[in-house]
This record gives sequence, C-alpha cells and structure tokens, in this order.
Amino acid sequence: MKKRKWDALSLYMHYIRLSIRSAMEYKASFFLQVASQLLLSMTTLMGLAFMFMRFHSVAGYGYADVLLCYSIVMMQYSLAEMFVRGFDTFAGMVRRGEFDRVLVRPRSEILQILGSRFELTRIGRLLQAVVVFAYGVSHADIFWTPLRIMTLLSMLLGGILLFSGLYLVYAGFCFFTLDGLEFMNIFTDGAKEYGKYPIDVYGEKMMKFATFGIPYALVQAYPLQLLLGRSDCPLYALFPLGTVAFLMVCHAFWRFGVRRYTSSGS
Amino acid sequence: MKKYVSFFRNRFAMGLQYRAAALAGMTTQFAWGFMEIMVFRAFYSANPAAFPMTFEATASYIWLQQALLAVFAAWMLEPEIFDCIVSGNVAYELCRPIRIYDMWFARSMAARLSRVALRCFPIILVALCLPKPYGISLPPSAFQFAVFLCTLVLSFLVSVSFYMLVYVCTFYTISPMGLRVMVGSVVEFLSGGGIPLPFFPERVRGVLEILPFAAMQNVPLRVYSGSMTPAETQRAVALQLFWLAALTILGRVLCARAERHATLQGG
Repeated sequence: MKKRKWDALSLYMHYIRLSIRSAMEYKASFFLQVASQLLLSMTTLMGLAFMFMRFHSVAGYGYADVLLCYSIVMMQYSLAEMFVRGFDTFAGMVRRGEFDRVLVRPRSEILQILGSRFELTRIGRLLQAVVVFAYGVSHADIFWTPLRIMTLLSMLLGGILLFSGLYLVYAGFCFFTLDGLEFMNIFTDGAKEYGKYPIDVYGEKMMKFATFGIPYALVQAYPLQLLLGRSDCPLYALFPLGTVAFLMVCHAFWRFGVRRYTSSGS
Repeated sequence: MKKYVSFFRNRFAMGLQYRAAALAGMTTQFAWGFMEIMVFRAFYSANPAAFPMTFEATASYIWLQQALLAVFAAWMLEPEIFDCIVSGNVAYELCRPIRIYDMWFARSMAARLSRVALRCFPIILVALCLPKPYGISLPPSAFQFAVFLCTLVLSFLVSVSFYMLVYVCTFYTISPMGLRVMVGSVVEFLSGGGIPLPFFPERVRGVLEILPFAAMQNVPLRVYSGSMTPAETQRAVALQLFWLAALTILGRVLCARAERHATLQGG
C-alpha cells in the first residue's frame, strides 16, 4: 500500500516534468504568457492603490494590511490554478469522451486529471504576489514569530485545499451538465477578485457565509488577525486546516458524479 | 448599407439564441454588483467625506455598469474575427464586394447589443427594487435621462471603434493574444471598469478624461445619476464625438492599408 502511494507521487512528478518540458518547447510564448499574467493582476493592484490614496483605511485595515491579504489570496489562487488546473478544463475532457480513457487505466482518476495539465505560466502571478507580499510585510511591521510563520504556511495550504475543493465541485457538475457552469466562477474568480479585502470588510452576513458556507474566511480573515497582531489567539493558526473538511465534502460530491457518469458518446 | 444591416441582423439573432448563457452571466453580474457595492459601503463608512460622489450615485453607477456590461466590456471581443485573420479565412471576406471594416463594425455592434438586450432588463429591474441607497435610483429628470441615452449611444460607438483597432492590428501582429490581454485588462481598468473613474486620483483622472477611455463608459454612467455639471457634460459629449471620428478614421486607414498588404496565414 505504502509503495503504491510513492509510486503515485513519482508518477505525478513525471507528469509535471513532462508538462514543464512541453512548455519549454515554446519558450517565447511561455515568457509572454508569464508577462501577461503579471500585467493582468497589475491593474487590480493599481485599483487598490488608488482607493487607499483616497481613503487610507477600510474597516480598520490599512493599505499594507490589505496588500498582505491580497497577496496571500493571490498566492493561494495561483498555486491552486497551477496544480489543479486539470479540473478547470475538465468539461472539455468529458465532452470529448477522454474521461472514458482515464477510467479504464489502472490509476486513480484524480491523479490522472491533476497530471493532465500543469499550468506553469501562473508563476507570473505568483511572482507578483510574492513581491506585493514582501512590500506589505515591510510596511506592516510584523514581528515574525514561529507561530506567525506557521500561520502563513497553513493559510497557503488551506487556501490551496479550498480552491481545489471548488474545482472538484466545478468538475463534478460536468458529469451532469457536460459543460462547465459559469456560475461557479463566482466562487473561484470572485474569491480571487473580492478576497483582496479581508472578508469582515463585507459585513457580518458575508462573514457567516464565508465561515459556515464556503469557508473562505478560514484561510483569510481569521488567521489574518493573528498575522497582523490584531489578536493573540493561537487557535487562529489552525483555522485554515478546517478546509480539509470542506475538501472531503467536495470529494464526496465528485465521487457521486463519477459513479453517475455515463460517457458523452462520440 | 443594406448588406451591413443584414450582417447586423444575422449576428443579433444569433446572439439572442444563447439564453442559458445569458442567465448564467446575469447571476455572475448580480454577484459582482453586490460585492462591489459592499466594498464601497465599507469605504463609505470608513470616510464618507472622501467620497467623490453620493453613495446613491455610486450604487447606480455600479448597477448600470453591470447591466450594460456588454456595451463596454473590453474583454468581450469576437473570437471569430481573430480566428478568421489568423487562419487566413479572411481571404474569402476580401473577395466579397464589401468593406471589411464596416462589416466587422456591424458584427461587433450586433454581438454586443444582443448580449445587452438579454441581460440588462432583469438586472435593472431588480436593482430598482433594492432598498434605497443600494439600488439604482431613478434619473433626476426626463431630460437627464435623454442626455444619458445620447451619451450611452456615443460611448457604445466609441467603444466599438476602439475595439475595431484591436482587430485591425491583428493583421499586423498575427497573434492576437498579447493585444487581447493588454486591451482586456489595461483598457478595461483605464475606462473605469475596475473602480469608477471618479475614484481615481485627480491628476490621473484629468488625463483619462481627455483620452478616449473616459468616453467609453464613464460618461453615460455618470450622466445618469446627475453627478456631472451641464458644462462638464457638454465637454464630455464633444470629446466623445471627437474620439468617435478620430478612432473610426484611424481604423479605416489602418484597415485599408492592411487589406492591401495582407499576408494570408495558413493554407
């Protein structure tokens, strides 16, 4: 059993290597795409800067605080997109009937879909997020304790899990509709777009939804309190791990979809 | 003229077919509108004095922007036109006794209008029913509304003629990707798609108001809520007319040049 797990991991690494190699065959195109990723998120940053030039703070958060929040969400989202992109383009796989092929192979279907696409170009956005993060850190004067570093890491991990769960649900819907559902973008793109502000900015109802509905706040607003020194409760560092439960629910939905799957023909 | 009208009619009818997509799009736009308004509410309670317009006007601005998204959106370019240039199929179009620029202009207009026709009314209706500061408020007067409609038509034409330049440029660059991304993000932001133009710093706004960007979506949205003085409106309309003329002339010249030197891609 243990051997098989390692086997899966090495297979996944192999998938990634292949993907990187194929991206490197088109070097110019790759670097252009990375640059355009950088550019795309630049405007969001400018929008933030303009708003804070005018208002200086929102719901008690200063510019540097919001930049930290924005950059962390950006890292979560771009890492998730990098690794789980296969699920984002899953609709095409179902429509073309390629999922049938996946099912007959003696490997986990999730592993194969994860491996089908590895979006290295998202590194552009990741880089930008890291730069913004560094800027935010230098202006928010955070004193880095081991606990805070752990909080940051658990936020990143929790965020990736959360977005992976959403992508799983998105892909799970494809079994029933054969096409991606645009409204799911509200929960993925929307989280990226509006997650730049800590969720408590949006008021109490939104905070409730983001805690008990889709747990965005667990990887963003709560642990952020600890990171910014607005609270001392060390429990907040563990909040992001609550997304594991969310991921399990999403996985159950996905399994349900796989069992109901009856090829798309062709 | 008649042929362009029928191009328009065909594309318009085709656009009306995508009703499920329109429904999905509307849900997204509602969600965006709500989030956007909540953001501005938070900023408003942080410092109401720093607001460049009333909160009601901001809410109207946001809802109208969501309802009329397809009129202005910079990322809603026609993939078919790009494909036809990249694949070389544009050769067939060049053989026809039509002006490509006008045909594509009619096409883009129809594509955008059909999207708006399906989406704008439900959004506006719901936004009208929302409680006071969060929904669309009625325009201050019938005259103001008429001015709004005029500026809306003008900004629609300016937008389409601006995006025509992107199509025409594809003749020169062949790969549309770079330009599309550039236009999709930068132009969208500069014309007030991210945050409304009045929230920009004074200096930046001054420059953008002279450039075509403000003429593309900012003007009608601000005219609607009456947050522009008559003098400002006159100046804005004059600038819209100027940019419409400038952009269409530039587009036609570039297009005519491209047609003469077009290298057909693909075989």
